[in-house]
Amino acid sequence: MTTALMHRYANPARFLRIATVVLPWAAVAAGLLTAAGLYLSLFASPPDYQQGDTVRIMYIHVPAAWMSMFIYTSMAVAAAVGLVWKHPLADLYAKAAAPIGAGFTAVCLITGSLWGAPMWGTWWVWDARLTSVLILFFLYLGYMALVNAFDDPERGVKAGNVLLLVGIVNVPIIKFSVDWWNTLHQPASVVRMGGPTIDGSMLVPLLVMALAFKAYYIATVLLRIKSEIIQRKIQTLRLTQGDSGAVESGA
Amino acid sequence: MAQFLAMGGYAAFVWPAYGVAAVVLVALVAATLRGLREREATLKALEGMRPARRRSRRAEAPDLPPAQAKVSEG
Repeated sequence: MTTALMHRYANPARFLRIATVVLPWAAVAAGLLTAAGLYLSLFASPPDYQQGDTVRIMYIHVPAAWMSMFIYTSMAVAAAVGLVWKHPLADLYAKAAAPIGAGFTAVCLITGSLWGAPMWGTWWVWDARLTSVLILFFLYLGYMALVNAFDDPERGVKAGNVLLLVGIVNVPIIKFSVDWWNTLHQPASVVRMGGPTIDGSMLVPLLVMALAFKAYYIATVLLRIKSEIIQRKIQTLRLTQGDSGAVESGA
Repeated sequence: MAQFLAMGGYAAFVWPAYGVAAVVLVALVAATLRGLREREATLKALEGMRPARRRSRRAEAPDLPPAQAKVSEG
């Protein structure tokens, strides 16, 4: 009964109807918020009194880092739902989200390097924060490789879901690494006990960029889920037609 | 303008950071849209090959595509 109810809401046809309504709003919001965020972060915010104009890297780096952890966590939740209830949309969600999460993690690592070079005097340091984010990047890549490594897509998704659940231990390690270990990386200044310590003139552009990334993510992931649903239909049609050997697996 | 582009002497770090983000995010959307169009075309071609049998399956489960029917049994 519970399973039947889950499947009612997992119905891809219903999902596609909702996605068609949400998609244009998310796309427009992403465009407007990005324009506003770029204006605020490049023109309308002051240079930092210690870090000068390199502080503007933060408006990309920190929202990208937030997205990298948010997307991974959402994928792990979907993996649990997929494993327990065999929820078909949950499996498609993790598959659709992974490349975007890997992209945000790469942006976070590269912009962090570009910020570290002038401010720390080094592009990279093997401390807990940087290393755990690098592991997050490899978890995304590992998941993407694993789900496509099986002839049977069901088995690939199952193996991928297990990897996602094991890898979730890394997310709190990333968050608290700056408190637990000595590091060059500065501690949290927005999401912390006692409220943000960052000045309002920098907090506003940061939050606008974070919302821009979130809207971008919603629009892109909806398109990718739609694409995965179509791919499932293609696979099923090909299987029933008897040329299962030619099942395509595109981007 | 030149002063703005100079980014207080940190132009070599600030602009590449924004550039990398733009390239990655635009590339992801482009790849997503290209993949979606390719798959839509493939599905259309496959469905065009056998319209009669597809209609009969739709009649059995109006709102449920075949992939899902398979999963819910497993």
